[in-house]
Amino acid sequence: MTDAPKAAAAGRAQMKTELPERFRDYKHVWVFIEMERGQVHPVSWELLGEGRKLADRLGVELAGALLGPAGPATEAAVREAVSYGADLVYLVEHPLLGDYRNQPYAEAMTALVNTYKPEILLLGATTLGRDLAGTVATTLATGLTADCTALAIDGEGSLAATRPTFGGTLLCTIHTLNFRPQMATVRPRVMAMPEAEPGRQGRVVRHAVDLEESRIVTKILDFIPDLSTNKVRLAYADIVVAGGLGLQKPENFRLITDLAEVLGAEYGCSRPLVQKGWVAAERQIGQTGKTIRPRLYIAAGISGAIQHRVGVEGADCILAINSDAGAPIFDFAHLGMVGDALTILPTLTEAFRRHLAVDRLAG
Amino acid sequence: MNIVVCIKQVPDSAQIRVHPVTNTIMRQGVPTIINPYDLFSLEAALALRDMTGGTVTVLTMGPPMAEESLRKALGYGADRAVLLTDRFFAGSDTLATSYALSTAIAKLAEEAPIDMVFCGKQTIDGDTAQVGPGIACRLGLNQLTYVTAVDGLDAAAREITVQRRSEGGVQVLRTKLPVMVTMLEGSASIRRGTLPDLLRAARAPITVWNAAAAGIEDVQRCGLRGSPTVVKKVFAPKPRAEKAKLIDVKGRRDGEIAADTLAALFAALPKLEGDLARQAVQA
Repeated sequence: MTDAPKAAAAGRAQMKTELPERFRDYKHVWVFIEMERGQVHPVSWELLGEGRKLADRLGVELAGALLGPAGPATEAAVREAVSYGADLVYLVEHPLLGDYRNQPYAEAMTALVNTYKPEILLLGATTLGRDLAGTVATTLATGLTADCTALAIDGEGSLAATRPTFGGTLLCTIHTLNFRPQMATVRPRVMAMPEAEPGRQGRVVRHAVDLEESRIVTKILDFIPDLSTNKVRLAYADIVVAGGLGLQKPENFRLITDLAEVLGAEYGCSRPLVQKGWVAAERQIGQTGKTIRPRLYIAAGISGAIQHRVGVEGADCILAINSDAGAPIFDFAHLGMVGDALTILPTLTEAFRRHLAVDRLAG
Repeated sequence: MNIVVCIKQVPDSAQIRVHPVTNTIMRQGVPTIINPYDLFSLEAALALRDMTGGTVTVLTMGPPMAEESLRKALGYGADRAVLLTDRFFAGSDTLATSYALSTAIAKLAEEAPIDMVFCGKQTIDGDTAQVGPGIACRLGLNQLTYVTAVDGLDAAAREITVQRRSEGGVQVLRTKLPVMVTMLEGSASIRRGTLPDLLRAARAPITVWNAAAAGIEDVQRCGLRGSPTVVKKVFAPKPRAEKAKLIDVKGRRDGEIAADTLAALFAALPKLEGDLARQAVQA
């Protein structure tokens, strides 16, 4: 990402450029299928849904690129990738690819790209995807756009990758004109989960790589899985209640957790509350925190800066509570209440509690 | 240990505002800070130096005013500061930035070998998390990103053991020096500078390098020219066609407000009421 002066960037963008000869045979759209310890991260399926649209627009094939040890988990991942829209899967099977390490993964991905030459390569913006993408893009000396919120193909067949900029106050569209592949990462939940089509047919292209443990410098001493009870399931929650600076005091955040508890919801917050240390960073919602796509999102005392907006726009219904009628959150919320969150929140909590107590009696 | 910490001076994004009429960034008067994520890495580097001896050099690429951030870092206890500044660097994307920084680090290594490079997890203005891995790749450093804790450093064996956050858990990794490390927020916070360090920071000489002094032979690989990505458009998002449907609050009783809100939510999401009821019965 550049902080380039806008005028200079525009000047360069208008330069008529022709793709160098060595990149002319780069074709097709690829999605990196992120499998770690036998588990595929759902962001890979979300990206296949998006990659399908790009490939159809370009009239090319959509491929998954999968690295992993041979076995049932890898076979299942290949089938799933095809069911989510891949026409083919490039598969590198090797026992050393079960756990993620930068060096063998980067070697295998770079080899795949150099051999089969995709024009577009998408990866999830996870800890794995970001670690890998930075190395692969630097090795290939190509452009990489992080954390995109929209992907499109422009009139000249180039990838237009849109992402928030200036700390999430504006959006910008970035192109990689003269280099291939055009690389981009997208955060989990930014794109919708596509429908799986279980019987769909696809091809598998196996590619062998030469990896040896003795050549891999970094050793894995242990893996400590997160306890499922401690996991914050914010990104995949059905209902989310979140608070912002409008709560005024850290102790008022209890009003958010109270409502969340009654609704069986996850709770979150806007960026300033994390910066002030009121709430843990893993609860932050927005471009630099978690992106959510719940059925219902209740935002109390959150003004709705772009950095927050891009993290919640996928919600089916957004209810905003804010004392400032001019707050930007009312521009994208579906339902709004102009008033004091500190009095409205307990009112709603109580109303839901009563409503559900009646259900419990009836049930 | 000879450690380089790459830092960036960034606008305090919490204070950036968009002009309501022209939709342009109002940067005037926005204070600049050291990218907050860099401070976790700086602290980790200072702690390792305190344990094993050696030096911490802070390095930044930016306009001359970025000197301010370097002095701040010296005040926290860094030993030396290098400012990479040249008009050729203007408009660098992450690939061009990692090229310039890694060349400067290689130049520093001519004086004494560099054992570790620390970078922030990401910046708060670019948010890419790409420059650290880019530097590691160019210099052939072993890469450790999203580190939550340094468990041990064996200077004799030249090995470091860390905990790294991954998607489903924590990896405990051991690798050889030289390494590039990015620390996760929540690791140790930056120390308060001591009085002697603060006094030294105000007057210490800062090494200022232009592209040539940093050993960059090909300025075509820097700045806008050296950046494969091109920003084609900067814009504010369109508001939704419909504004939020407002539920009347003012001057009404709590019970009425709550009844209206529940009714509006259940109308917008027809299956919600039934699902909540089932959940309540099961609870």
